[in-house]
Amino acid sequence: MAQIIIKNIRKEFGDFTAVRESSFTIEDGEFFMLLGPSGCGKTTTLRMIAGLELPTSGEIYLDGEEISQLPPSKRDIAFVFQMFALYPHLNVRKNLSYPLVSQGMARADVKSKVEEVAGILGIRDILNRPVGGLSGGDRQRVALGRAIVREPKAFMMDEPLGALDAEFREHMSEELRALHDRMNATTVYVTHDQLEAMQMGDKIVVMNNAVVEQFGTPQQIYDKPASMFVADFIGSPSMNFLRFDGSVAEGAESVDLNGLKMGVPRQMQGASGPLVFGVRPEHVALSDAGDYRGEVLASEYLGTTQIITLDTPNGELKARIDSTQVATVGEKVGLSFEAPKITLFDEANGRALRSHLNHEVLVNG
Amino acid sequence: MSSFSVTEPSNRAKWFAGTLVIVYALVTMVPLAWIMLTGFKSPSDAISYPPKVLFEPTLEGYVNLFTTRTRQTPEFLDANPPQTWYEEIVREYDMVIAGPSKFGERFLNSVIIGFGSTFLSIFLGTLSAYAFSRFKIPFADDLLFFILSTRMMPPIAVAIPIFLMYRQLGLSDTHLGMILLYTGVNISLAVWLLKGFIDEIPLEYEEAALIDGYTRFQAFYKVVLPQAATGIASTAIFCLIFAWNEYAFAVLLTSGTAQTAPPFIPTIIGVGGLDWPAVAAGATIFLLPVMIFTILLRKHLLRGITFGAVRK
Repeated sequence: MAQIIIKNIRKEFGDFTAVRESSFTIEDGEFFMLLGPSGCGKTTTLRMIAGLELPTSGEIYLDGEEISQLPPSKRDIAFVFQMFALYPHLNVRKNLSYPLVSQGMARADVKSKVEEVAGILGIRDILNRPVGGLSGGDRQRVALGRAIVREPKAFMMDEPLGALDAEFREHMSEELRALHDRMNATTVYVTHDQLEAMQMGDKIVVMNNAVVEQFGTPQQIYDKPASMFVADFIGSPSMNFLRFDGSVAEGAESVDLNGLKMGVPRQMQGASGPLVFGVRPEHVALSDAGDYRGEVLASEYLGTTQIITLDTPNGELKARIDSTQVATVGEKVGLSFEAPKITLFDEANGRALRSHLNHEVLVNG
Repeated sequence: MSSFSVTEPSNRAKWFAGTLVIVYALVTMVPLAWIMLTGFKSPSDAISYPPKVLFEPTLEGYVNLFTTRTRQTPEFLDANPPQTWYEEIVREYDMVIAGPSKFGERFLNSVIIGFGSTFLSIFLGTLSAYAFSRFKIPFADDLLFFILSTRMMPPIAVAIPIFLMYRQLGLSDTHLGMILLYTGVNISLAVWLLKGFIDEIPLEYEEAALIDGYTRFQAFYKVVLPQAATGIASTAIFCLIFAWNEYAFAVLLTSGTAQTAPPFIPTIIGVGGLDWPAVAAGATIFLLPVMIFTILLRKHLLRGITFGAVRK
């Protein structure tokens, strides 16, 4: 298993730039998520690591070796395709044997290795079946088996659960994570599903418009978003953006929001002009003491919590509060925000302003 | 009707379709059946009017097809009694077998040229179709159009230039010349058909093979070729049928060593009068290879024709 370092890679298809100078590091044994909306360049990045696309510029290091221009067969990386791409003319056993046969492994060794992997994945009883008639889950297992049988340095997975139905996806994602923990293999996983990324990943890279927006653990990405895009993309409902014109000085611990002083983490960067006050729904509380007021527009009951939609002077806002608390539609309520959890953004470039909350994250991001 | 289904055809529709298929089959099969029957008739039965459906079968036509015969004096015939069953058949006309006819050779020529050009068309066609399908080729669309444009006129329209060219190059009446000619005609069909089939094969299969440690070429023949087998089989049938049945160029460019069966069969008529049973026997034998080839690949052919119509 191995560490993967991506250094300033860039990929152009003619006039179109799929990936702009991107850099990040995938540590040995990490379950690493490449997250972003469709067309953001995450799959291209994955394919460049695997060697299915060659980067226009930049370097990729696998286990210390520069591999960016090597053909895929020379990289020792396995790839699980979204549509599985099992060889349709071969049965399950042959599909699993294929990567071993290409390395010239002895027939007896191939057989025992295939049996072993089939045992891990629980597909021993379908080894002699053609792949055509398999269920989605079994196809997925065979595809995983074909990847792990070779014991490669790293796994690439391109939305491997995308072709499964919702119910089964949950089950398969647990199986996948368990398999990873057992093998402790460096895994790079592409998804557009933020929940999947948060659930399964050790680390997440969020990409948008061909650039890396942020790179960190799920907690860092959720609590300390580096940009408005990340704050909006991660979390359901996503972060509230209260837009205001004003300024904030370096060292300030509050901002002026419509004449009201709102506490924020100590700022390490000043800014002025159109700013955004970012607060997660769970960091909003309904309290009569709050001077900042909003009108309740709707409430969604979710069991232990409820989501309240409010109309405020700075736009619509959602709050996640205890479902025992009563909120009547049409009522005007006072709101308070958990000051240490606030992120301020400069609306002009969409980036978060550095503060005591997020500065470590932003430095390496 | 109590139960009604939109997709399931009604019994009347099925009956109508069945009848139509049977009628069509009869229309196309009767001439073929007639040729096969005529091959087993005696020359007088073959031209009798009204035509005979019931007759005493004889192998005379086949014997005449494969042999050359000479008339002999009664003394000679008495001195040399017939040794084999086919000599006995010939004796009825006071003849003896002088030697084998050219039919065997011509038939072999047809096999060499027909299968040779089919193999070459498929070989070149698959490689170029793969290239057109998978690689970025400058002016790919123009090249494809150019390839197709070779089919926009009947091939025989260029007979004279080809005739002169072949004479200059020494390709007239050679196996190589005929193989190249039929390949040239078939290659456009092969490239276009096979490109369609290869386009349908998802790229992921090859990518999976590349990841699994195979080279591009290994991925091509271990993964793409088996996937394209259906397309290759149906394309091969079309190519073989054309090359096998081609008559005009064969008449024009071959006369001896490389003459194929189609121009040879009519020449039987000139040898011993209108020997229709021998002609019919030749036509029957000539039909067999294509028939066997098509039956062997029938499963692929049916799938090939409907390939890509429904997304699996």
